[in-house]
Amino acid sequence: MTTRIAAWSFAAPALIVIGGFFLLPVAVAFALSFTDFDLYALASLENLRFVGLRNYLELLQAPLFWQALGNTLYFVVLGVPLSIGLSLGAALLLNSPLARAQAFFRTALFAPVVTTLVAVAIVWRYLFHTRYGWVNQGLAALGIDPIDWLGDPHWSMPTIILLAVWKNFGYNMVILLAALQAIPRELYESARIDGAGRRQEFVHVTLPSLGPVLSLVSILTMAGYFQLFAEPYVMTEGGPLRSTFSVLYFMFDQGFKWWNLGVASAIAFLLFALVLAASEGLLRFARSRGIA
Amino acid sequence: MRAHAILVNSLLAALAFVSLFPLLWMLSVSFMPPGAASTLPPPLLPSAPTLDNYRDLFARMGMGRYFFNSFLVAVSVTVGSVAFNVMAGYAFAKLQFAGRERIFRGLIGALVIPAQVAMMPLFLELKALGLVNSYGGVIVPALATIFGIYLVRQTARSIPDELLEAARIDGASDLAIFLRIVVPLLKPIIVTLAVFSFLASWNDFMWPLIVLTDSQHYTLPVALASLSREHVQDNELMMAGSVVTVIPVLVLFLALQRHYIAGLLAGSVKG
Repeated sequence: MTTRIAAWSFAAPALIVIGGFFLLPVAVAFALSFTDFDLYALASLENLRFVGLRNYLELLQAPLFWQALGNTLYFVVLGVPLSIGLSLGAALLLNSPLARAQAFFRTALFAPVVTTLVAVAIVWRYLFHTRYGWVNQGLAALGIDPIDWLGDPHWSMPTIILLAVWKNFGYNMVILLAALQAIPRELYESARIDGAGRRQEFVHVTLPSLGPVLSLVSILTMAGYFQLFAEPYVMTEGGPLRSTFSVLYFMFDQGFKWWNLGVASAIAFLLFALVLAASEGLLRFARSRGIA
Repeated sequence: MRAHAILVNSLLAALAFVSLFPLLWMLSVSFMPPGAASTLPPPLLPSAPTLDNYRDLFARMGMGRYFFNSFLVAVSVTVGSVAFNVMAGYAFAKLQFAGRERIFRGLIGALVIPAQVAMMPLFLELKALGLVNSYGGVIVPALATIFGIYLVRQTARSIPDELLEAARIDGASDLAIFLRIVVPLLKPIIVTLAVFSFLASWNDFMWPLIVLTDSQHYTLPVALASLSREHVQDNELMMAGSVVTVIPVLVLFLALQRHYIAGLLAGSVKG
């Protein structure tokens, strides 16, 4: 009997933290999203009113929400495939028997993952500086005119995507490398006996073996990329012309700049629903192809 | 074959260059005197290396304070969350209590909920508790993670039951069993978890930005973001600030790389 009490006392501290500071707030956020919680309610709860679906309906009619959603989707749709593609390419290179100094290269390629996003975003902002940044210097050497990377609304989001890909590709690279190393050698040997060339080997042995891991890292990366916030906050403040204003940035502004906590909660749940739907869609797509 | 080897290795070298150049350049510019990096063509290396930027940051801009804040928060989160996660992970793996499996399944299900969903009520809750704009506001919500509990539980399941039974028959208390048998056996995963917690806490931005309203308590990322808005033109200074922020986590990663990668793989491949 003492062990039952002991068991609870071992589990309780973590469960209290998670329950009290995560699950409870999530439940309250759901309730909050149906209220008009604002600065007045912050002063006195008497000013709080239940408004049903109004927050959600107004958001779905707000051009700013759609713009933020469009920007976020742009970031996800371009960023995720680029990210996964580079991770896979780097993992294949590292896994090649011809590669030298694998440990060094692995560490070097992984280093950006552990760096602080805010700090590297500041470095990136400078790297892409129109006059003094090395990116435009490099382009000038190739005879290309300087690009106003962060000041031109056409280039601002691509620049942020490049930062995200640079910062994150090492993470999935390590996972894919482990998956590549786990593919049984016999599969390659029998493919070779059947007369398969390098390309056929890749298409018929490597890719199918990586399938489940690839779909898993794609879903996790996508869910992460939907949470775009710190990069535009530091590099562009959402501009120029709101071209890098994301859904999470919108939530932050509504919630903690204007103190519309009801609207902000509704934004959070819309984003959550979108991530769930997109993950489910990707999972179904993977299953229909027989790779998950 | 030879041409192929050259291709593979030069592609790897190119990727390594792209990965490291921004970091090395940040380091180089941080040693340049103010304005030196804003000349054409921009210099690669400082012609007269100086520590002025660092001196400026620590003497005039309170960088020491922010560094201390970040360190205090990250250490507290690491110590607290490792203790709580290991205790809970062990309980979910090896101890019997009512609803154990149901609660665990619930926790795993909750992994899909993004952190920002909780942020608005969490702010109100911490305000009511008097923790807004204090270290506690950043530390307390991070004191346990579902991912950490999951990681520990997976490892703790491999501890043989006979070992724990034998100790119990010898009259060892539950706490003694935990401290003398379980914790030593879980040491590798504890190191992994500690590295993860420290890095995550050190690099965290959005929540500290929300809950720390006054610069006295700013952590490095929040302070850096705020400084970079005031000092848009002072590139050399901002590079030095970035170096101060990034170096501790890079060094920690290089020292404990094996444990970090092990945790990363355990968390994603099985999950």
